[in-house]
Amino acid sequence: MQKLLVSPSPHIHADITTRKIMLDVIIALLPATLVALVFYGWSELIVLSVSILSCVLLEWAITKYLLKQPSTISDLSAVVTGLLLALNVPSITPWWVMVIGAVVAIGVAKMSFGGLGQNIFNPAIVARVFLLISFPAIMTTWPETNIGAAWSGLDAVTGPTFLGLVAEGGNFAGVSVVDSLFQGGSAGEISDIALLLGFVYLLVRRVIKPWITLSIWATVLVFAGIMFFVDPSVYPNPVVALLSGGIMLGSIFMATDYVTSPMTNRGGIIFGVGIGLLTIIIRYWGSYPEGVSFAILLMNACVPLINKFCKSKKFGRA
Amino acid sequence: MKKLTFAMGGVHPDDKKISAGCKIETLPLPPKVFVSMAQHLGAPATPVVVPGDEVKVGQVIAEPAGFISAFVHSPVSGKVKSVGPRADLSGNMVNHIEIDVVGDEWMEGIDLSDTLVTEIPEDKAFIIDRIKKCGVVGLGGATFPTHVKLAPPPGKKAECVILNGAECEPYLTSDTRIMIERGSEIILGAAIISKALDSCPVVIAIEENKPEAIQNMSRLLGELQKTVPACAKIRVETLKKKYPQGGEKQLIDAVMKRQVKSGALPIDAGAVVQNVATALAVYEAVQKNKPLITNVLTVTGDCQKEQHNYLFRIGMPLSFIAEQAGGVPEQAAKIISGGPMMGKAISNLDATTVKGSSSLLYLTDAQTRRMAQTACIRCGRCSDACPMGLEPHMLYKLAKAGDMAQLEENSVHDCIECGCCLYSCPAGVPLLDLIRPAKGDVLRIIRSRKK
Repeated sequence: MQKLLVSPSPHIHADITTRKIMLDVIIALLPATLVALVFYGWSELIVLSVSILSCVLLEWAITKYLLKQPSTISDLSAVVTGLLLALNVPSITPWWVMVIGAVVAIGVAKMSFGGLGQNIFNPAIVARVFLLISFPAIMTTWPETNIGAAWSGLDAVTGPTFLGLVAEGGNFAGVSVVDSLFQGGSAGEISDIALLLGFVYLLVRRVIKPWITLSIWATVLVFAGIMFFVDPSVYPNPVVALLSGGIMLGSIFMATDYVTSPMTNRGGIIFGVGIGLLTIIIRYWGSYPEGVSFAILLMNACVPLINKFCKSKKFGRA
Repeated sequence: MKKLTFAMGGVHPDDKKISAGCKIETLPLPPKVFVSMAQHLGAPATPVVVPGDEVKVGQVIAEPAGFISAFVHSPVSGKVKSVGPRADLSGNMVNHIEIDVVGDEWMEGIDLSDTLVTEIPEDKAFIIDRIKKCGVVGLGGATFPTHVKLAPPPGKKAECVILNGAECEPYLTSDTRIMIERGSEIILGAAIISKALDSCPVVIAIEENKPEAIQNMSRLLGELQKTVPACAKIRVETLKKKYPQGGEKQLIDAVMKRQVKSGALPIDAGAVVQNVATALAVYEAVQKNKPLITNVLTVTGDCQKEQHNYLFRIGMPLSFIAEQAGGVPEQAAKIISGGPMMGKAISNLDATTVKGSSSLLYLTDAQTRRMAQTACIRCGRCSDACPMGLEPHMLYKLAKAGDMAQLEENSVHDCIECGCCLYSCPAGVPLLDLIRPAKGDVLRIIRSRKK
């Protein structure tokens, strides 16, 4: 007989770890990542690799040399941040911009707040917005999706995104719902179907709950629907509005980040409605064509307040 | 058929009822027993024997030392050797009576036959007195003296008795086995409990993972209802499999759809919950005049070669029981008395069985070692799992900071210590380890205020 372990109950644990959760998020992002690779080719492979590698290396270096603590990279959260960051920028982003992005995401937004679980803002979005403001030209030059050209090494052809057209008051009447399912833009935003597959996977694996995502969608549909009703020549069809830009990527993978979203379902719905409203306001009346990132960051800042007012319902306390 | 369950939180651990098919075997008598004076909730009993006294099986050896306390009877016949403190299974020093076993001579007036006594006494006071004299306590875990529970304070009335056959802890099968092997006695015990509470209706609630028990209890109930009028208001309900379904508040929510208010007792919601094993003890006490000196315990674990359900007597050394079951397995890293979610890790196999003993569970290092703690990722799994609707991640931080005011504000004292939070935390944060003592502190503060 071995020496007996003695500890308080419970004596068993569910088969769940932070690492397994992060692995599930990575698996859920695989369809969108594959689509990005197929459409954008080598350039996308470089963006992805540089982004993930720099995020992981940076976190390792910060824990080892700056904090002198055990490394946390095995929890895979740095991989998720690197992957999300890569999917949030154009595929032709130069590699050194990705390194800067990683420094902002891991160094500033995550580790300086105390690492995983302590950050107020979603690291990948902080980095994306930082890059957008610092390198506006690079961050808004979208390559057109072209499978043939992507892997042949030819220079990519660039073109405006649909939301860019809307912001400039351009002609978007020809853009149908089907078009918006496959769109140009940031690498991860090409295929809504691939992103939805990831959403279903996360729900089935019970990694996330649907309320934040669904309330963003509902708010966008209602708000964009009202505007479309007011003036269909200026504002797009609400379904097109929902399926374009970063709403799918943001609502499924960024807004649902545990650390930076409210704890309760009720809080999650308020959070989602806020993101939906802000997104449309920024899109239609702001100077940027897309507002999901800003909307999520603004609502991230409201989370402590939402948590304070949306307490869980307790047993036996009416 | 509609399956009942509680509304809030809960987890679904693998139920591991590997010993469910093992018939109850009677353990032989050890050479000596050590009978604890603290086998019940409340004041430890006061010994009434001294070294040198000859005792018979079923003889009173200790008397209740207060309103919430219970009689203790000798589980064996023989000679009292010593009365004094001894370590219980958690290592706490508790008064024990040591008896050298000689033969197996029972007190007169105890009916040891198998004959089913179906005639239920009409006199409520007689029933409660018998239960008290026989030292019956709740066998679902809390070991609250049963006679106290059956006498609701004035102005409060029981509307429903729930017989707890949920056995929601993984591995444990003693309740399953008695429902399969001693169903009629349990049902008659339920009828007696109902009689003591002015013939209030009884629901026997069993989780769906015990189909044989459900079937057996339903069949026996049907038969008894034909001949015993007191069984008319008893029914069997199937519960979904979910932990902690056997928790008193959760079970009342599942069966009656009522939430016991914070700080209130089940009786305030019109409910009295008794374990099926308690009903069996009530039957034996009232119908057979047999004091509570035996119970059934499961010896189990994935690393345990032979699974057993044993009929044991109180005061048996755990090491003796382990020997009978083939010795402690090589790979056992932790031995638990009770289930893996709420049971106690045993530090001392010299400790002896008590009325409420339910298992000797062997877990391997891989099954039970705590994972390394990493950062809380605020995933909310602890809040989702909490059957009391609390926010364990926050209570943990408040407990760490020692913020008693906020701990009370956030209802830490409603915690039932079920372990669902720690069980489901992906970061291995020892939530309950800190919440448990914080709850104790807050309860002490609340009590001191009332004075």
